[in-house]
Amino acid sequence: MKNSNSITITPDIVRQHGLTLEEFSRIEDLLGREPNFTELGIFSVMWSEHCSYKSSRYYLKKLPTTGPRVLQGPGENAGVVDIGDGVAAVFKIESHNHPSFIEPRQGAATGVGGILRDIFTMGARPIALMNSLRFGASDHSRTRFLVNGVVDGISNYGNCTGVPTVGGEIYFDPCYNGNILVNVFCLGLIPSDKIFLGNASGVGNPVIYFGSKTGRDGIHGASMASSEFDESSEEKRPTVQVGDPFAEKLLIEACLELMKEDWVVGIQDMGAAGLTCSTFEMAGRAGTGIDLELSKVPMREAGMTPYETLLSESQERMLVVVSKGMEQNALALFDKWDLDAAVVGEVTDTPMVRIFDNGNPVVNLPVELVVDGALDLKRPTKKPEYLKEVDHVNLGFISEPARGEEILKKLLSSPNIANKHWVYEQYDHMVRLNTLGLPGSDAAVLRVKGSQKALALSVDCNSRYCYLDPFHGAQIAVAECVRNIACSGGDPIGLTNCLNFGNPENPEIMWQFEQAVSGMGEACKFFDIPVVSGNVSLYNETSGEAIYPTPTVAVVGLLEDRSFHTTQWFKEDGDLIALIGLTMEEFGGSEYLKIMCDRVEGKPPHLDLRLAQSVNKLCLELIREKILASAHDCSEGGLAVALAESCMSHPRAPKGATLGIDSTVRNDAFLFGESQSRILISFSAKNRLEVEAKAKAMEVPFAVIGKVGGDSLIVNINGKEFIREEVSHLKQLWFGALETYVG
Amino acid sequence: MKCGVVVFPGSNCDHDCFHILKHVFKIDTEWIWHKGDVDLSRFDLVVLPGGYSYGDYLRAGAIAKFSSVMKEVVRFANSGRMVLGICNGFQVLVESGLLPGALIQNHTQKFVCKTVSIRVENVSTPFSCECVGKTVLDIPIAHHQGNYFIDSDGLHQLVDNQQIVFRYSGPEGEVIDQYNPNGSVDNIAGIVNEDKNVMGLMPHPERCADPAWPNLDGQLIFKSIIYSLQHGVLL
Amino acid sequence: MIAKIHITFKNGVLDPQGKAVHHALKDLGYNEVSEIQMGKYLKLKMDGVSREEAENRVTEMCEKLFANTVIESYRFTLETAK
Repeated sequence: MKNSNSITITPDIVRQHGLTLEEFSRIEDLLGREPNFTELGIFSVMWSEHCSYKSSRYYLKKLPTTGPRVLQGPGENAGVVDIGDGVAAVFKIESHNHPSFIEPRQGAATGVGGILRDIFTMGARPIALMNSLRFGASDHSRTRFLVNGVVDGISNYGNCTGVPTVGGEIYFDPCYNGNILVNVFCLGLIPSDKIFLGNASGVGNPVIYFGSKTGRDGIHGASMASSEFDESSEEKRPTVQVGDPFAEKLLIEACLELMKEDWVVGIQDMGAAGLTCSTFEMAGRAGTGIDLELSKVPMREAGMTPYETLLSESQERMLVVVSKGMEQNALALFDKWDLDAAVVGEVTDTPMVRIFDNGNPVVNLPVELVVDGALDLKRPTKKPEYLKEVDHVNLGFISEPARGEEILKKLLSSPNIANKHWVYEQYDHMVRLNTLGLPGSDAAVLRVKGSQKALALSVDCNSRYCYLDPFHGAQIAVAECVRNIACSGGDPIGLTNCLNFGNPENPEIMWQFEQAVSGMGEACKFFDIPVVSGNVSLYNETSGEAIYPTPTVAVVGLLEDRSFHTTQWFKEDGDLIALIGLTMEEFGGSEYLKIMCDRVEGKPPHLDLRLAQSVNKLCLELIREKILASAHDCSEGGLAVALAESCMSHPRAPKGATLGIDSTVRNDAFLFGESQSRILISFSAKNRLEVEAKAKAMEVPFAVIGKVGGDSLIVNINGKEFIREEVSHLKQLWFGALETYVG
Repeated sequence: MKCGVVVFPGSNCDHDCFHILKHVFKIDTEWIWHKGDVDLSRFDLVVLPGGYSYGDYLRAGAIAKFSSVMKEVVRFANSGRMVLGICNGFQVLVESGLLPGALIQNHTQKFVCKTVSIRVENVSTPFSCECVGKTVLDIPIAHHQGNYFIDSDGLHQLVDNQQIVFRYSGPEGEVIDQYNPNGSVDNIAGIVNEDKNVMGLMPHPERCADPAWPNLDGQLIFKSIIYSLQHGVLL
Repeated sequence: MIAKIHITFKNGVLDPQGKAVHHALKDLGYNEVSEIQMGKYLKLKMDGVSREEAENRVTEMCEKLFANTVIESYRFTLETAK
C-alpha cells in the first residue's frame, strides 16, 4: 500500500477537509502533536457535521428521549421501543439528500441500504420501509428526471431486499429545486431481550470485517486532495456510491443467522465515514481500543492508500466483534452466504485505535478525542427577515367563491394532493405478508406475526407551515402523525425525526432549527412520545437559496388488536358522516392559497394540543368500540379533499356523499382551509345517539354533516349548493394527475 | 405430505410461501438450500419462491438455473412430481427449460405491485382443480420482468395442450389489453408443462391466502395442490 | 452514419451485475476470468450528418441522456452506413 502520511499538512489541506483552523489547533493541543495526513482524514469525517452533530447537538437535548417503553434511545444505530409480548420495534429515519440530487437512482438506493443496515445491525428483521420525498416544482426541468430516478432507486433496492415499502409522502415545491430531500425510514422487529449494540468489548476479541469489498467509493469531500495520489486514472473519482441490493439481502440473512449465536459481542455497519467510524464508535461505546491491520481488509481495487481504505464509503459492509476462538465459526457462516470476510483486528485495553498497514503504524489516536472531541457549537440565531413579509394573508387576493367544484378539481389534481399510486405501485408493498393497510392511507398498518397486535406508521411534515412558523410547523408535523395513527386505530409509542435545514452558519437558518426543535420537543412531551432516533441534514441550500425548514417526523403507533385497524374510505350507503374538531377561518400556508393564488403566506393553522388530543381520544374510543366505519384525517386541501378521498379511495367501489354544512366562516375556509385537529368519520345511522353522547361527554366539538350514498359528492353550505360532482370524475382526475407531471 | 421451499441467495418470498404452507395449511414444510448436496426424494411438492435469485443480474433466473438445487429440481419434475414456481420461481422454471417461453421486462418498463384479476382458464390441472365454479381470482402481482413471451407456434401448442392456466383479466373475466399489466402474450399469467405437474405463474397466491386479510383467493391454488397430492394421482 | 456506443461504470465504481455474474462463472469453473464489466450497448443510425457533426452530436447525447457521467463512462465508434 502506498502511504500518504508524508504529505505536509497546510492550512489549505485543513480547509479542504472541512475543518476550521481553530478545530485543527484543538486537535494539535489535545493530541500533543500534529496529526498525520491519514489522521487528519479521520478527524475530518468524525468531526464533520454529519458524524458529530456539532451544530445541532446542543438543541437536540430539548427532545424527550425516555419513557417506560424505550429500550434504546438516540446514540445507537437505531432506537428501540418495547411493544410487549417480548417483542420490540427498532426504527429510524435518515436522509440521503445530496447524493440523490447528483445521482438520483443510486443516491436513493444507497439511502435505503444505509437505513436497512441501521436496523438489522441491532439484530432486528426489517419489516417495513417508508420514505419522505421532496422535489422541486413539478414543472421544473429536472424534476421529472429526479422523481423517476429516486423512485426507481428505492423500488429496485427495497424490492430486491424483500422489505416492503409501505407508505410515505411526496411533495413538490420550488424551494427544493436545487436541493431535493430523500428521507428514508425503516422499522424492524426484534426479541426485546436480544438487542445487539455496536460495542467492541472484551480485550483480545477478534474484529471481523464482512460484506462487500472496499473500493474507492464516495471517498469524502477531500477527494480532491486524494486524487493527487493516483494520476493513472483521468476520471474524477466518483463521490456517489453504487448500491448492490443483492449483497444487502445476503447481509441481512447472514447477520440474522449470526445473531442467533451467543458469541456475537458487538456489531455495527459501515455507513458514513466507513471503516473509520465503525472502528472508533465501537471502541468508544465499550471504552476499549482496537488494533486494525489494513492489509487484511478485502479490497476491490489495487493500490489503495490507508487514507482511502479508511475513508471509503463502499456500501454493504459490516464490522463485528465475536468472542475469541469463534472466528472460524463466523467466517464459515459468511462463506455460506458468499460474503467476503476477514479478521482485521483485535480489541485492546488501551483507549486507542491503532491502525497498521502491513505492520507499519499509520494511525494512533485516542478514541475519545475522535468520537467526542468536536466542540458543541452554540451557533448564533436570528429571527429571519422574510417573516415580516409573509406574516399575514392578504385576503384581497381571494374573494369568497360562489361554487367549489373547480377549486376541488384543481386541488385533487395538484401534484401534492393527487393520488400517489404511480409511485407506490413501483414498490413491493406486500412482501412478508404483514401489510394490512395499503399505501395512500393515513398511516401504514402492519400486523405483528404471532400476536394480535399491529403497528401503525406515519411520516409527515408540512414544510410550508414550518417556513411560516417553524415552532408551530414542527408541532403540527407531530400532531398530524399522531392523528394519522389515531385514525388507523393506534396509540403513538415512539418517534424518529429527520431534520432537514439550510446552512447552520446562517443565524436565520439556525433560528429555524432552534424553533423547530423546540416546537417538536414540546409537542412530543405533551403527547408523551419519546424521540428514540433521528438524523440531522444541514447545508441543504444552493447559492444561498435554502430549502424550507423540513423537520420530517415519523411516528410509530401500536394497535393492541389488529381488528382496530380502520380505513379512510366510506363503506355503506346510508352511513352518517361527521366531523370531529373545530373549523376556523384559516388560510395561512394552505394548499388552497398556493394553488389558487400562488402565495405562501400567513400563519400556519392554529394548533391546540389539548383539543388535538381529545379529538384523537374520541376517534380511538369509537374505533375500539367498533362503531366507526371509516376515519380520515383532514390535512392538505382541508375538509373538501378529505371528503373526496373518503369517497374515492375504496379499492373497488367508490361511494358518493351528500353533505349539509352550517357554517359561520367563509365557505372556502370551511372546505379548503386547513384547520388542525379535525377527523372525518362515518358510522352506521343506528349508532348516532351513542356517538353524539360520547362526543358530548368528552367535550369534543362534533357535528353530523352528511350521509354516504349516490354517485356524486354534493356539498351544501348554509342551504346553498356549493359542490356537485360525480365521484368517478373526481377519481379520474385524482388518480391520473401525478403521472401527467412526472410519468 | 411434505413440501420444500427452495432458498436461493436473493429469494425473498420464501418466508411467505413457508408461512402459508406450514402455518395456514399445516403442511410439513422444510427449507431447501440452493447449494451443497441436495436430496429432494422426501418431498411431494417443491416450491420455487419469488425474489431476486442471485440478484437477478444478467437475466431473471439466468444464474439460478446453474445451481445445484435446480439440477435436482429438473430431475424431480421429470419424475412426475409437483413443482410450483411463483414470480421469480416462474422465471427460473422458464430459464431451466421446465416451462416454455421467456419472461421479459414489463412493457411499462417499471416494477408493478398491485392486486389484479386473473381468469381461470383450465380447472383440469393439479394446481387449479379447486377453482371449479370460480372464474376470476383477485391476486397480487409484484414484478419487473413478468412479460410472458412465446412465439406463435409455441402459443398454439400451449393453447392446443390446454397449458394456459391463468390469464390477466378484468373483474368480470374480460381478457383484454386494458387488463394486461405487463404486456404478456395473450394475457398469460400462468402455465403448466405438458404433463401438468409443473406450474409457473407471475401472481403471488401466497399473498392472498392468510386469513388476516379478507381476500383468500390464493388459497384455491394451494388447496388444489393439496387435493391432488392427497388423491395420489395427477389429473 | 452509424454510432456504436458502449456505456459502463467508471473505473473504481462498484459494478454489482458484473460482480454477481463473475461469481456465477467461477462456480461453473471458468476460473480464468479475472474481471467482468457489464454495460449497455447502443447502436444509432444517423442520417444526413457528417462524421464531425455526428461526433459532436453523439457526445452530447451521451452526456445528456445515455450516461450519468457521475458514475458512468462512455465510448463510441462511428462508421459510415453501408
